[in-house]
Amino acid sequence: MDFNFTEEQSMLRDTVTSFLQDRYDFDKRRKMITSEAGRDPAIWEAFANELGILGAPFSEDLGGLGGGAIENMIVMEEFGKALVVEPYLGTVVIGGGLLKHSGYAGAADLIGGIIEGKVIIAFAYAEPQGRYTWSDLKTTAKKDGSGYVLNGHKAVVIGAPWATHLIVTARTGGGQRDEGGVSVFIVEKGAKGVVTRDYPTVDGQRASEVYFENVSVGADALIGAEGAGLPLVNKVLDEAAAASCAEAVGAMRQLHTGTLEYARQRKQFGVPIASFQVLQHRMVDMFMNVEQSVSMTYMATIKLEDDAERAKAVSAAKVQIGKACKFVGQNAIQIHGGMGMTDELAIGHYFKRVTMIEGLYGSVDHHLRRYEGLSFGKAA
Amino acid sequence: MNLEFSPEDLAFRDEVRSFIEQNYPESLRGKQDEGDDLTKEDFLSWHKVLAKKGWVAPSWPKEWGGCDWTSTQKYIFSEETARADAIAILPFGVAMVAPVIYTFGTQAQKERFLPKIYNGEEWWCQGYSEPGAGSDLASLKTKAERITGDDGKEYYLVNGQKTWTTLAQHADWGFFLVRTDPTAKIQSGISFLLIDMKSPGIEVRRITTLEGGHEVNEVWLENVKVPVEQRVFEENKGWTCAKFLLAHERSGIAGVARSKRGVEKVREMASTELNDDGTPLIQDPAFKRKVAELEIDLTALEFTELRTLASESAGKGPGPESSLLKIKGTEIQQRLTELALEAAGHYGSPYLRDAGDNARIGPDYAVGRAGAYFNTRKTSIYGGSNEIQRNIIAKMVLGL
Repeated sequence: MDFNFTEEQSMLRDTVTSFLQDRYDFDKRRKMITSEAGRDPAIWEAFANELGILGAPFSEDLGGLGGGAIENMIVMEEFGKALVVEPYLGTVVIGGGLLKHSGYAGAADLIGGIIEGKVIIAFAYAEPQGRYTWSDLKTTAKKDGSGYVLNGHKAVVIGAPWATHLIVTARTGGGQRDEGGVSVFIVEKGAKGVVTRDYPTVDGQRASEVYFENVSVGADALIGAEGAGLPLVNKVLDEAAAASCAEAVGAMRQLHTGTLEYARQRKQFGVPIASFQVLQHRMVDMFMNVEQSVSMTYMATIKLEDDAERAKAVSAAKVQIGKACKFVGQNAIQIHGGMGMTDELAIGHYFKRVTMIEGLYGSVDHHLRRYEGLSFGKAA
Repeated sequence: MNLEFSPEDLAFRDEVRSFIEQNYPESLRGKQDEGDDLTKEDFLSWHKVLAKKGWVAPSWPKEWGGCDWTSTQKYIFSEETARADAIAILPFGVAMVAPVIYTFGTQAQKERFLPKIYNGEEWWCQGYSEPGAGSDLASLKTKAERITGDDGKEYYLVNGQKTWTTLAQHADWGFFLVRTDPTAKIQSGISFLLIDMKSPGIEVRRITTLEGGHEVNEVWLENVKVPVEQRVFEENKGWTCAKFLLAHERSGIAGVARSKRGVEKVREMASTELNDDGTPLIQDPAFKRKVAELEIDLTALEFTELRTLASESAGKGPGPESSLLKIKGTEIQQRLTELALEAAGHYGSPYLRDAGDNARIGPDYAVGRAGAYFNTRKTSIYGGSNEIQRNIIAKMVLGL
């Protein structure tokens, strides 16, 4: 048993931290997310070329750094601290995960493109009616010669406005909510019949409603086996959930330390409000929430490799982190008082991000139910 | 970063497991199964088995009998003892006074006391709290004046009253915080004394706790003569020992392995107990939700403890972060007893503490659930109340 980071992992963290301090402070970020594109593509280029971090979780023979889930965790935690909106989660964690786990024939080329910063992927998995049931799909992929024709509507596809490729789940068989019959396809964003309506999200990201209108793809667009894609989707979305827990940990650390700083300087009744025991204990409870979240993020990240334990571990972590996001976020605002309500301070922006992470890849209640199903068996 | 046990660790786990299976005292097992009160001999029977094996004080320095175990081995050992429902080794000697003695004591004190603690030949109690000094421990009033005895030797003459002294009714020795300089600032006039409980002038009076048990006592000290050689560390520097001991006390207090076993027991109970509709209680969505949330909180605590152990083995002693383990660990212990009592249903209520073995009512698993629930309220009060622990984190970790 070992909880230490390797030297390479510590270096990865330092590299990302110092880059973000230099190039991604709060004011710079604000300019990026309010620009028309909603980001500065130079940042992603720097991730690829200056830092080389887009290859962090890929094996060396694919051109990566030879890391895995721990490396994703490190990068995502640092991104959480700086509220980075760049599509690492969609592209590297999810896109890269789907490609490398599936044995997809085109995986090496696409991963090479990811590492170089040229391929950006958005995962179109959710549908308006499906909530957190990944198999609840109305989108269809009908066999057409050797290829398929896609039709359907995908909801809130994060990062889609910036993507070069979409990976989409669609039904090749079975009923709307069946576990069988789910297939995964990769489609170029510019393919004929892909229609998007782009918009900003409350936490500074960009997303799209994506409509597939008779989009023809070849047989080589299929990732994994036809009709048997759900286990792959579950696995990769668990990996994404663990990575988003790490992002939440980074953001919660900022919420907590920002609140401590504010409470030390803000005076009321002639003394810093940090001297009030009722607020001290609240900030201690925030601290404990953050520390427990760090522990659960480690636990879930380490267990991603263990197929028997993975889902239960990730759900447990999502429950802990989801509750902590709410507690730490709400109390950070409360202790900042009126200033916490302003757009001017970073604190509100962290609060918005952790609130969205809370529901990302399943709410607390969803993951509690999934945990119960795995821990107690289904009710008779 | 990984959670895998090495082949050596797995071999160690098997060794611990089979040792417990083969050597756990049978009479003790029987009494535990029956929910009987344990006697002094019961407590010591398992202690002595472990002492003989060399496993009773793994964290001590090797020269005094410590095991030099890695943090993983310590973790495995506590997991295995909890898994086997082995009773916990009482902390007052092994885990509390001994680290103070081997850290701050003289060579003579180490030689006099450590082997007898190790072998379970001397039972220790803790003389800290007073009627007027609970969470505000430093305000303690028991005083010790330097005198020269008729034999020409130096003594402290100790007068005062201690309270909440756990299992003092069995104790051979006690470690006491006493005020040696009444003029000094509140924390700087305190000394740390080792007192023979058979000394003239000591009286131990039972306190019956709300569940009817006899765990804690008042200890009255009237003109008790204590040789100065029984002071640990410098005069008036006892607070240093006290703080050190409190940090040690907190680090074991999370009780993760035992709480994991506790969750299993609650699940077993709730699988047998039937709900209003005749299905097992464990399938009731509301009850199941409470158990699931408890399990998840316990997993978070477990990994927080493992992280703490890892940083300890990297050279840092148990720090103020252990307050987090105390707070979360005790909250979970309390929630467990709450769920067990809830699961017991009607049979939580019969109270037959002194009625003898043949007077049981209701299912075995329900016996003692109410007592455990009431008794476990103590955990968020003792060892520095959970509010004090929050003060410690606020000051020492957050710098507020």
